[in-house]
Amino acid sequence: MAIFDEELAHLKEKILKMGLLVEGSIRDSIKSLVERDGELAREVIMRDHQINALDVEIDEEGIRLIALRQPKASDLRFIVTALKITSDLERMGDLAEDICERAIELNEEPQLKPYIDIPRMAEIAQGMLVDVLDAFIKKDTTAAYDIIKRDDEVDGLTVQIFNELLFFMIQDPRTVSRAIKITYIAKYLERIADHATNIAEMVLYMIEGKIIRHMTREDIERLEGN
Amino acid sequence: MNSAFNPAYNPASGPAFKIEGLNAFYGPKQALKNVGIGIPQKSVTALIGPSGCGKSTFIRCLNRMNDLIPVFRLEGKILFDDTDIYSKEVDVIDIRRRIGMVFQKPNPFPKSIYENIAYGLRIQGINKRDVLDGTVEESLRKAALWDEVSDRLKEPALSLSGGQQQRLCIARAIAVEPEVMLFDEPCSALDPTATAKIEDLILELKKDYTVVIVTHNMQQAARVSTQTGFFLLGELIEFNGTDRIFTNPANKVTEEYITGRFG
Repeated sequence: MAIFDEELAHLKEKILKMGLLVEGSIRDSIKSLVERDGELAREVIMRDHQINALDVEIDEEGIRLIALRQPKASDLRFIVTALKITSDLERMGDLAEDICERAIELNEEPQLKPYIDIPRMAEIAQGMLVDVLDAFIKKDTTAAYDIIKRDDEVDGLTVQIFNELLFFMIQDPRTVSRAIKITYIAKYLERIADHATNIAEMVLYMIEGKIIRHMTREDIERLEGN
Repeated sequence: MNSAFNPAYNPASGPAFKIEGLNAFYGPKQALKNVGIGIPQKSVTALIGPSGCGKSTFIRCLNRMNDLIPVFRLEGKILFDDTDIYSKEVDVIDIRRRIGMVFQKPNPFPKSIYENIAYGLRIQGINKRDVLDGTVEESLRKAALWDEVSDRLKEPALSLSGGQQQRLCIARAIAVEPEVMLFDEPCSALDPTATAKIEDLILELKKDYTVVIVTHNMQQAARVSTQTGFFLLGELIEFNGTDRIFTNPANKVTEEYITGRFG
């Protein structure tokens, strides 16, 4: 049915649009921290409603298609994936908003230290999001498996940042408030990467029909080998 | 235990039918090509596929309905209860009693509701009133029709609505205690409410009978069946769990057909 194909394409476009908005929010949230730009941080917070609106639109559209078109097989898996992906994207948007709130607070105090690992982490998390959207569009299983593996790198950096900040806090209690806020940001980025991983898992479900959530890394690698 | 017949799929119950290398011809035209399949017992098996794909020919082979077509010819084996139903020793009448069939268009006899059901027993020589009464009631109850007709059993069957007539045909088939019920597009002449009743009935029947249903309506196959076979141009393309067929079919052609992107 040609009209159904158009509807599916339209849904895909909306997801892509939502993903790019989220990606922009993450990028700007870190920029507002690193460049101490409170104005930019407030702007990111202000535009989160666009992401929320798309979340609702995509849900409504997906539910409508299930009710009216009774999708089957790959069409069904695509729509279910769309519905689940948007929840992850919406949460990622919220986390970018959280980063901005901490950035605004941090920008009111002297900078604790030069930000090195945080931007690196953000770059990886953002890259995971961009690539997972690409894998979703291109139905690329190899890319999706690769994204899942990159989550380890982000987890490693989170621990590294926490240890470093712990050292600051022990050395000088006056740094505690700022160090905790930076730790939060690291945690937000780690969560963003987790959501990108969830999306990669859903993309694999969409393509292969296999649910790999909650599998061990070894089992996933075995699947990838097949 | 069915893996030899259903290579991609392991049903929960053993096979009622084992079909090997089935080829069917109408004169020079081949309608079925090397179909091999095990049909699980006490379970609903749906057969789907575009018009002319062979699914109706296939279901009609299962109780030798095609014997009535002069140009029809069959190769291969259909084992029912481990007996080849096409072997010379087999009594066709007995096979058709054990393997009942309901057709697209309800076809009650132009007799009373009661006599439609009693007929099958009478030709078996059963004429005792209380036995007939008991079977008529039991069959109508199983076909979910009793409550609607119990006070007018003497009325003509043709006075019933289409959906009621179809349930009467099911009751008539049940009355002779078959082991298998074959349904060839049983709802295509019925409205959605009557269709829902027949579908509920089919789900009820699978507790006691092996059910095979040919349907054009894929949602119907999805709703009532445990396993689904997809036919195309006389070949059985895929036989798999219905949930698998509708969420992640193994064959690309099945996918194209059920998502409506075929041809």
